[in-house]
Amino acid sequence: MNEQDRLAVLKTWKLFIKGGFPRSESGRTLPLNDSKGALVAHLSHASRKDLREAIESARAAFPGWSGNTAYLRSQIIYRLAEMLEGRRLDLTDAIRCTSGVSRKKAEVEVIAAIDRTVSWAGWCDKFPMVLGSRNPVAGPYHNFSMPEASGVCVVVQGVAAQHSLLGFLSLVLPPLCTGNTVVAIANTEHPLGALLISETAPTADIPAGAFNVITGDAAELAGWVASHRDVDSIHAIANEKIASQLRAGAAENLKRVQILPVDEDFTDTDRWTNPRRLAPFVEIKTVWHPSAV
Amino acid sequence: MLGRGKYDELMADALAGNSSPTTWEYSPAPETVPVVIPDQTQLYVGGKFVEPRSKKRFATINPATEATLSQIADGDASDIDAAVSAARKALKPWGKLPASERAKYLYRIARRIQERARELAILESMDGGKPIKESRDVDIPLAAQHFFHHAGWCDKLRYAMPGTREPRPVGVCGQIIPWNFPLLMAAWKLAPALACGNTVVLKPAETTSLTAMRLAEILQECELPPGVVNIVTGAGATGKALVDHAGVDKIAFTGSTEVGKQIAKACAARGTRLTLELGGKSANIIFADAAIDQAIEGIVQGIWFNQGHVCCAGSRLFVEESILLEVTRKLEMRMKTLRVGDPLDKNTDIGAINSKQQLAIIERYIAAGSNEGCTVCQPSEQALPAKGYWCRPTFMTGVQPAHIVAREEIFGPVLAVMSFRTPEEAISRANNSPYGLAAGIWTEKGSKMFDVARRLQAGVVWCNTYNQFDATSPFGGFKESGFGREGGMQGLAAYLSE
Repeated sequence: MNEQDRLAVLKTWKLFIKGGFPRSESGRTLPLNDSKGALVAHLSHASRKDLREAIESARAAFPGWSGNTAYLRSQIIYRLAEMLEGRRLDLTDAIRCTSGVSRKKAEVEVIAAIDRTVSWAGWCDKFPMVLGSRNPVAGPYHNFSMPEASGVCVVVQGVAAQHSLLGFLSLVLPPLCTGNTVVAIANTEHPLGALLISETAPTADIPAGAFNVITGDAAELAGWVASHRDVDSIHAIANEKIASQLRAGAAENLKRVQILPVDEDFTDTDRWTNPRRLAPFVEIKTVWHPSAV
Repeated sequence: MLGRGKYDELMADALAGNSSPTTWEYSPAPETVPVVIPDQTQLYVGGKFVEPRSKKRFATINPATEATLSQIADGDASDIDAAVSAARKALKPWGKLPASERAKYLYRIARRIQERARELAILESMDGGKPIKESRDVDIPLAAQHFFHHAGWCDKLRYAMPGTREPRPVGVCGQIIPWNFPLLMAAWKLAPALACGNTVVLKPAETTSLTAMRLAEILQECELPPGVVNIVTGAGATGKALVDHAGVDKIAFTGSTEVGKQIAKACAARGTRLTLELGGKSANIIFADAAIDQAIEGIVQGIWFNQGHVCCAGSRLFVEESILLEVTRKLEMRMKTLRVGDPLDKNTDIGAINSKQQLAIIERYIAAGSNEGCTVCQPSEQALPAKGYWCRPTFMTGVQPAHIVAREEIFGPVLAVMSFRTPEEAISRANNSPYGLAAGIWTEKGSKMFDVARRLQAGVVWCNTYNQFDATSPFGGFKESGFGREGGMQGLAAYLSE
């Protein structure tokens, strides 16, 4: 039987929560169309309960993930890069499917995304040296400032017309590498790169719950994220409407919020491998101890 | 695990001064994975394995059995010249590579070291004499970590050097490493040099070249561009040829203070950049308010880890007078449980002394200590193998600051025990040395710990622990223990242009 006659085995992409792949508890799905408007798959349409589930699993995974040595975290993120390298063709197809860009352009983005992952793997065991300090206070005390992961970070990829894969990883890696656990809301129109990464994560030994990916209605989810009291930070790229929703809700319990403008250029390597990208997701803890008897 | 009742019984005996011989019966637990060792090795120059110009070789032996393992290529000045040329040729293309690409070579190397860890650990123990427990659990994992950590620095150097937009390498680096942690020292030298864009000629120690040549195979596997790393094996003359070569931009040396000073003179003549990691006579200070049992483990870790062949070994023990008796008794008891023997047996704590020459040096110091009036204690009653170079863990009491054994680096499992009354006395006597590599402080009082740490002239201060190493932690000495740091952000400076 040749390709044209054969019926494709379609699938619905599931959510990635706590290391497993559940469908939405609401039973809802969303259609996904390719760049020509044809239906290619269904996505799970996450409900408020799914979101809560994901955030709970991220919270539960936080002590373990942040408690790992930085060296182990860097090895795991590097393993993610190793696994993604093996999926270059899939990732290229994923980008092309919904964006319609050329194969060449998609390949350039995939390479950049994998190399970006390698670069961030290398920050895990270095950012405390660059962001921390030992402070020469005017008294007999050892005083050191250390950046610590703040907790659960929700990533919202509201916009992904350009560089959906590179953008997704650039939003996820800074909080993840520092030891935060992440719930990432993939873009609804261009989710395939993110979903492939979710399927790859367990093979990279990322502990269950440290990284979660959900799909759904961005505006709907943004409202729930904003008001959720057990989220510590938000990393988003979104239009003004969703952005203001996120900021307003965040103010209620002082979530740390980093929202990028819709025209953010994720191909700017200097900017997107700069450790300042992870600053919103760490808290500086300053410890004093007498240094004289 | 020793049962609580038996432990209390033994402790009571020890404190009462009853040194009942304790023979711990262990079943043999030999490491049995076979490692293929070639009959002879070559040099690694320009990405290829090549014959030494002179065709000369020298034997490397297993110090635990005295059996010859392989014939090592003896590189001469012309081999060094070829290696330096290869490194010089490779410098520009290596520097032109995007930093993120350079990183991926180092990540590959780290991974291959991890994947070939068992083979490397066994080879290290066979060639150098250290227990398999140490090569497996310390040397090889740290070597892999060193490459892994430095791989990540390649594209981040500007953040390590504030104010420098894009730090540049120094150039061709000549690196000479010792025999006490052969593969680990190779990692400590190569990883930062390569991360910063330099190319290298490495000269391993003559008694321990095998893991360096295995690393060369790994570099080839990882497709490291030819000439980026060159390895020329040989003895002192080979190292001298490297130091004297005008085409080398920077020298890094780890070894004895005596040789380090000679190298410093040679480099001064040409203005070559230099970092040195030399000897030590590090003080391990135990206060009365220390957690004593933990401190005993710390002493053991400090001086008998790696047979005491450690530059930062805690070889001078300063015990607060009020606990001197308790500490010496407990130390004696603990030393009886240390197993000296076959490095490839997983139960072994103390392996073989690296060479006949080193054993002779250690035995001369023990005799000197005895002649000076110290009491030499070697509590272990364990039978030693007939062949091989062995030294039982030793400590000496009645040591005075002026004694040779209190002043000179023995580089063996020999501890000089002294006592003190006040922190000021401990600090002043600890600092009374031309060396300044490391120090240990044992006290449960935090402010005392930091106060003493602040006042000790040592590049590494271990508080309530000893001999901890990490790729992220800068290591190096004050005074005549050398200058420059290896590891961490501060360790990169030596490999970047000013």
